[in-house]
Amino acid sequence: MAFLNFIHQPKNELEQGGRASAPVQQDLGEPEKTCPNCRKQIPLSRLWAAKNTCTCGYHFRMRARQRIGLIADSKSFNEMYEDIVSVDPLDFPGYREKLETVQHAANEMEAVICGNCTIGGTECAVFAMDPYFMMGSMGCAVGEKITLLFEYATDKHLPVVGFTVSGGARMQEGLLSLMQMAKTSGAVKRHSDAGLFYLTVLTDPTTGGVTASFAMEGDIIIAEPGATVGFAGARVIEQTTKKSLPKGFQKSEFILEHGFADAIVPREWQKDVIASLLSIHKGGGKA
Amino acid sequence: MSLQPYERVKIARGAKRPTGCDYIEGIFTDFFELHGDRRFADDAAIVGGVARIDGNPVTVIAIEKGHTAKERMQRAFGAPNPEGYRKALRLMKQAEKFGRPVICFIDTSGAFCGIGAEERGQGQAIAENLCEMMTLKVPILSILIGEGGSGGALALGVADRVWMMQNAVYSVISPEGCASILWKDSAKADEAAASLKLTAEDAYRFGIVEHILNEAEIGQPIFYKKLKDKIIKELDMLASDENLIENRYNRFRRIGRYSCNPEGKDETT
Repeated sequence: MAFLNFIHQPKNELEQGGRASAPVQQDLGEPEKTCPNCRKQIPLSRLWAAKNTCTCGYHFRMRARQRIGLIADSKSFNEMYEDIVSVDPLDFPGYREKLETVQHAANEMEAVICGNCTIGGTECAVFAMDPYFMMGSMGCAVGEKITLLFEYATDKHLPVVGFTVSGGARMQEGLLSLMQMAKTSGAVKRHSDAGLFYLTVLTDPTTGGVTASFAMEGDIIIAEPGATVGFAGARVIEQTTKKSLPKGFQKSEFILEHGFADAIVPREWQKDVIASLLSIHKGGGKA
Repeated sequence: MSLQPYERVKIARGAKRPTGCDYIEGIFTDFFELHGDRRFADDAAIVGGVARIDGNPVTVIAIEKGHTAKERMQRAFGAPNPEGYRKALRLMKQAEKFGRPVICFIDTSGAFCGIGAEERGQGQAIAENLCEMMTLKVPILSILIGEGGSGGALALGVADRVWMMQNAVYSVISPEGCASILWKDSAKADEAAASLKLTAEDAYRFGIVEHILNEAEIGQPIFYKKLKDKIIKELDMLASDENLIENRYNRFRRIGRYSCNPEGKDETT
């Protein structure tokens, strides 16, 4: 599995492809990003062309719309439920302001984008969560959108493809956000009981209440290389147990090894793999 | 005068408060404990088994914190591991097979936080319970008797009726955890407890619990007697519900507040 090489740290400069940190004169105006794995400077245009991955195999986080753009057939995506947005049901200190700031900065209204599209010609319902919107946390609006999407897919006999990324339930909405775990799970179960196919792609990071609900409920669960996937936060576990965590703890490779994902699929291959799996499950659903 | 939210949290955590096993003993007869998830291990943080109430068979599942320091250690302070949730699900499926209702007593600060719990899929175990409980064919009644800590509590809380003791708390995160994330100061837990709206009255107001149980006589024989009568009555009602699963789905389906228009007006409850 050559694409997993990036999780092994290079032993020396030669192995990592030369002295990367030396500042090189670039064309003015081309912004760059540093790969946290190999320290290489990557011009943004090249990064985007490579689907937000580094040549070393490191997968950068990705916006929800970019994700859908990567897997949906050209011009096939129709967004749904975009008018469902969060309110501040608990009058939680600072939440209203935070929402406004994030909506402006992220240029999105919520932490999940839902809709329908075709992938490799197969019609499906799709959702993608956005790490740049309060770390994809699930409040009532996210829960409602996911639930509506599964109900829609059940009604139309469509498979669901979902990209998860989340810090968990959104604490600013308290118990109401916790209940979204039950609500979304109920909708997933009905979709499943109707004989329909649900594929989840776990991306970095998928944790907390989203892991403990719809992220782990897929018929097939794919993980992106190097993604953090878990229930409790690693730092919390370390502080609570006072034990040092094993290497690669809660990474995709760890999740695969322990039997909680079916495969690790790099971004480059995701569209082909998803299209193929959707095609294999075509004709699913009880009339 | 009602208590401050954080005082409620402290009461809910009190070591002298009746635990899951006290409720089982006080309410049911012929309880026989069933151990193990048939996959990995038995989890002492969750006690489950068969019993009778008013002569009728039931399955009872309780998160048990223990009273003494030794008991609490042995029960992991009522923080279940994945095998605890899987045991609970096994017993619920068994209840479904034999057509008896399920009664859950919830009292946990949260699912166990540890390396092994993650290795064995804590998230997956909780997720599976949420799915399977949603369509279990027999009635489920869940009662929050102390702490209702996040997903670890909800994993036994997808029920037809959810009741809550007057001083129990139900929250998405502990007040200490919330304060340390938001204000980098776990000492502000009292402020966080107030902001999180975690009391029984709050849960009732949001439509998350149906009933708040008075605690005036907590732990006394009369307390269990009254609770037992309430449970019998409720199970009777649920037994005749022909749309049990549909109603359970809708019970959770309608929870949430969000806006459906760009003005940000609160439209749904």
